[in-house]
Amino acid sequence: MFLHHFGAYLLLLKAVFKRPEKAKIYWKETMAAMVDIGLGSLGLIVIISTFIGAVMTMQIAFQLVSDLIPNSIIGQINRDSNILELGPTISALVLMGKVGSSISSQIGSMRVTEQIDALEIMGINAPGYLIQPKIIAGLLMIPALVIIAIGCAIVGGLIGGSLSGAVTAADYIMGITENFNGFTVTVAMVKAFVFGFIITSIPAYKGFYVSGGALEVGQASTQSVVIGCISILAADYLITALML
Amino acid sequence: MIEIDNIHKSFGQNHVLKGISATFQPGKISLIIGGSGSGKSTLLKCMVGLHQPEQGHVRYDSAEFTSMNFEQRVPIRKEIGMLFQNSALFDSMTVEQNIMFPLDMFSDLSKAEKVDRANYCLERVNLAGRNKLLPAELSGGMKKRVGIARAISMNPKYLFCDEPNSGLDPETSILIDELIQDITAEFNCTTIVVTHDMNSVMGIGEYILYLHKGEKFWEGSNKDMLRAEVPELNNFVFASPLMKAAKESL
Repeated sequence: MFLHHFGAYLLLLKAVFKRPEKAKIYWKETMAAMVDIGLGSLGLIVIISTFIGAVMTMQIAFQLVSDLIPNSIIGQINRDSNILELGPTISALVLMGKVGSSISSQIGSMRVTEQIDALEIMGINAPGYLIQPKIIAGLLMIPALVIIAIGCAIVGGLIGGSLSGAVTAADYIMGITENFNGFTVTVAMVKAFVFGFIITSIPAYKGFYVSGGALEVGQASTQSVVIGCISILAADYLITALML
Repeated sequence: MIEIDNIHKSFGQNHVLKGISATFQPGKISLIIGGSGSGKSTLLKCMVGLHQPEQGHVRYDSAEFTSMNFEQRVPIRKEIGMLFQNSALFDSMTVEQNIMFPLDMFSDLSKAEKVDRANYCLERVNLAGRNKLLPAELSGGMKKRVGIARAISMNPKYLFCDEPNSGLDPETSILIDELIQDITAEFNCTTIVVTHDMNSVMGIGEYILYLHKGEKFWEGSNKDMLRAEVPELNNFVFASPLMKAAKESL
């Protein structure tokens, strides 16, 4: 069963990356998908990551009770945790729920209302026209959102730490600026890029091959989020194991 | 002309089409009729390439369609117009964008020329001025007419209609039938209609293919049908008391 679905997924991807019938139309669709994925998710990502950063700071301060450890370490731990794990992974899981379910239900609805059949009969490569712009938009916008999420989490940590008194702003800023390893950002971007592909391609596959009616479209959407989240966590582990 | 030869199609253990052969002539309206589950829509989908038959051939003017890959089929598909049962209009696009979509994809016309063509197609289906409406704002009959307008936007050589009258009131059904008739004559296209509607069968059926349990049971014109002595066909076509009375009065 797994091999059947994996094979079908690879064949769909092969069809997705065929040469577009008209590049101008695909460009317009890609721009629309970028606005949808990027701007559409920006508010949610900003709110979630700011609060995560603030809470993280307070929790790290709560756990670091030794007088031998300088308070600036709180900023350092918060920065590295957000760059390496929380920024990319939490953002990806949230986006899987928001963007993934939207892609799956949108394509699934088109399938059950014969709109995909209509595209195919016109001679249009339906996987290419419907899925390729979304994958490209995901590959470009999700790393951008992850960068914003990391930034917001670090700023959130500063605000949360200062307001709660867990760490002074000066200590926190000293912490986030010292011992910075640029490779952590590379790891975060690799994760974001891979997650961007998972977030767009798995729901597109589930939506594209749905059959039945509204109930099945809903089920496909749920399944795509579940499978997508598991895939994100598995990819997260693999990338971390390979790169760190 | 479209020829189908010995088409077989199964879904698992369910043998839906059992060796269907027929020839559909240009400039004529051909109807495929039959009870629910008789294989009408499956046959139509095999003809347009949405289903791949296990056996048999579909030929468009002698070009072997069944063995072609996606790219090879594109030139033929550009000559196909199809009206779907539920219209299958693109929800996110306006009426005008729906009609212009095939032109956007496959023609090098300027924006003004495409709008002119969309206006012509809308006038042809009596929907002039409805360009900016979304599919959700249209009635069932209007959706069908926009579906027809989209199907004729590329001057089709082959027109397929899947239950064009389903869910429509009798007056709108007649209007849709007349439109299909006019368009077939105007474009001299090979028109194939899958229908349950007996008014359509009697009104526009120049060639009728009757399917029963996946087999071709009868073929002929609507006039031949009145005199046909095939019990399965008569039970299907003249099932209602009104149709029975009409036949007996002949």
